This record gives sequence, structure tokens and C-alpha cells, in this order.
Amino acid sequence: MSAPYLEIKGLKKTYNLKPILRGIDIVLDQGKCMALLGANGAGKTTLLRILACLTKHEAGTVRIDGLDIGQDVQQVRLLVGFVGHQPNLYDELTIIENLLFFGRMYSVKKARERAAVLLQRVGLARRSDERVGTLSRGQLQRLSLARALIHSPQLFLLDEPDAGLDDEGIELLEALIREHTEQGGTTLFTTHNFERAVKFSDQICMLSGGRVVYQQATTGLEAGGVRLAYQEALR
Amino acid sequence: MTFLLQVQAILWKDIRCELRSKQTWISMGLFALLVLVIFNFAFDLRVDNKAAIAPGALWVAFVFASLLGLGRTIAAEQEKGSMDRLMLCPVNRKAIYLAKLLGNILFITVVEVIALPIFAALFNVPLFTGELVPIVLLGTLGIATIGTLFSAIAAATQARELLLPILVFPLIVPVVIGAVRATGALMVSSINEPPWLGLMLAFDVIFLSVSLLTFEYVIEE
Repeated sequence: MSAPYLEIKGLKKTYNLKPILRGIDIVLDQGKCMALLGANGAGKTTLLRILACLTKHEAGTVRIDGLDIGQDVQQVRLLVGFVGHQPNLYDELTIIENLLFFGRMYSVKKARERAAVLLQRVGLARRSDERVGTLSRGQLQRLSLARALIHSPQLFLLDEPDAGLDDEGIELLEALIREHTEQGGTTLFTTHNFERAVKFSDQICMLSGGRVVYQQATTGLEAGGVRLAYQEALR
Repeated sequence: MTFLLQVQAILWKDIRCELRSKQTWISMGLFALLVLVIFNFAFDLRVDNKAAIAPGALWVAFVFASLLGLGRTIAAEQEKGSMDRLMLCPVNRKAIYLAKLLGNILFITVVEVIALPIFAALFNVPLFTGELVPIVLLGTLGIATIGTLFSAIAAATQARELLLPILVFPLIVPVVIGAVRATGALMVSSINEPPWLGLMLAFDVIFLSVSLLTFEYVIEE
């Protein structure tokens, strides 16, 4: 039996002496998609930031594709594509310049061709020479998705990726996640939408007070059942 | 090779962003000119005291104007959150430091190139000699080296505008003294002057090495 693609054991993190994560254990196989649910402050964003090597954890181990994120940071960064709450793009640069810049940061070969394909995919190809500062919230989110995929990451981390997206954008997001998992990639995303969590993912994981309180495969699961479990967990 | 390409890409991005936003260059340039004009009015410049006052005024203008730009080096990216995205990339942190340093040197040099002729005209001093070039370059390198490192430290705090000068001024005292004295020596040649250029060079090499080695720990959370 092969090792899981993502393996989190006893992960702990505190901010200003306040425990945010109190011993998280999560296992996710390659090609699977997990939805992270939880109230505000449950530790979802902190968990994703640790996996993206943006925040250091204090205790526990995290392995991505067998690599320890504490020791093999640069290799792990190559494997991860991250979409955060905010787009955090360079407003003064154009759409294509933003993608090419991040392409260079990841040493992507044929970055221009890759950027063109991604812009076509997220529906921004015709606006590629426009400055990012002129884009709407939803378009910025689409561009963030393209940026996160510029280096063809194996692990796709999305922190509330549906924020600011219209129905068409949500469909695009779903398609991108599906394509990513079909190609063998692994996805972990946070959301507050139970229907979306059940529809997009293979597994659901619920955090409350920095602990995993519910973990379940989505096969045969309905949004109503998840909502009940969520309310039960928060009680 | 990847390292140099990443330095080049970050530098290109910073220059392009600055050319389009024009936030830092214009503020720095105007500030330097204002300082020079104020000093020109504040002091009673005579032939006998010019060499003592003018170099100090010039370097005060350069240092204050530089700090305006240095303060924005990392802070602007922190505020937009783009620093987080840069930190996500598998980029050697030394490449980030070097690119930011080169950008700062470029921005400060442009301000100096504009301010120097105005300084020469206002203070009526003949400073257009080739010997001034190494003094300005080494002085700028020293200020930018320390300023870039400490801008990363200050950017992580809420009182970054207050903190940066407090952190940077004490450390750049040796290079500023060297630059002022070396500039003064161009106006009035004096004997028994220490080798200011050598001292500035040593200062720059030491602080550049320290900054390259420590930047990673400063910038990572």
C-alpha cells in the first residue's frame, strides 16, 4: 500500500499563546479532494498556510509527497499551488505580466505558452494586456486561480476560493478542481458552503477550536447531513 | 543561473511597478530638493564655511530621501499581501534581498543624479568631478544595504514609519560620516585625512554580507 500524498500528524500552532491548531491529524491520498469546513477562527486558514509553507508549525509533522515541510521547504513549495482569501496580485502589472512573473519565480519552461493556456481557461485571454487594478473581484479570483496553477502544482490549496465568484466562476472552479484531481493532483479547499463541499470533494473534514471533529467520505453523503453534523460539532 | 534570473525578474517587477505608480521616486526627489533648498536658506554660506556645511547638507538630503523609499521597499508589498505570494515561491531569499537592494540603489541613484546639479547650483560648489562618483556609489550602497534589511524588519510592525529611521540611522552613521568627510575633501583638500573610501568600502562589504546571511530569517514568519 502506497503512502498517502498528504499526511498531517499531531499538528499544533499557537499565535500569541492562543492555541489555533491543537493536534490535527489528516490523511489524504493522491488524486483526492478534501473540503475543510469550520466556523471562523476554527484554524482552516492557518492549516492551509502551514501546508503552503507560509507559516511555521510548532509541533507535529506534515509530509507532502513524502517530503517533510520543515526540512524540504523549497521542494514542497514547488509542489503547492495556493489560492488565498485575497488575490494579492500586482495591480500595476498587466494580467499577463503577473502570470509571467510568477512563472519565472517557479522557473516554468515556456511560461508564456502556459500563461496563455491558463488565461484562456479562466476566461481572461482577451484582457491579458490590461492592468490587474482594473479587474473586478471575480476576475481577480479567476486570475488567482490561474496564477496558482502556473507551475502545474501537485497539491492545490484553496482558501475559500468561491469568494467573489459568480455562478459561471463557480462552475469554472469546480471544473478546475475536477481536472486537477483527474490528472492525479490532490486538492484541499476551505468553504462555508455545505452543498459545494459535498459536490466538489471526496472527503469532508470539519475543524472546531483547532481540532478535527468530523471526517467523512462524501460518497452517499448529502449537504443536509453535513449541516447537521456541523451543528452537532459546534455544540 | 536560476538565482540571477529570479533576481532579474523581481527587480524588473519592482521597477515596472514603480514606473507605473510613480509613488516613491517623485516623493524621494521632491523631498531631497526641499531639504537642499531649506538648508540653502537656513545657513549663511560664505566661502570660508561652505566646505564645512555643504557636504553635510547634501548627505542629509540623500539619507532622508533614501529612507522615504527604503520604507516602502517591503511595506508596500506587505500591505497588498503580494509579499506572501512571493514567499510562496521556491525563490532563494537572498535573491529577494538582492533584487530589493538593487532596486533601492537604482531609485536612490536617480534621485541623486537629479539632486546633485541642483545642489551644486544652490550651494555654488564645483562638485562635478569623477572623484565624487565612488563616494556617492559607496555611500548609497551602505545606506541601501542596511535600509533594505531593516525595511523588512520594520514592515512586520505597525509603527514601521517610526521604527525604520530609529533602526537605520545609528547603523549608517559610519558610512554617512565617511561620505560627508570624503565629499568635503573634494572641496578643500586636507592632509592627514583617513582613507574614507576604504572605510566605506569595508563597511559596505561587512553589512552586505551580514544582510545576505540574515535576510532569510528576517523575512520568514
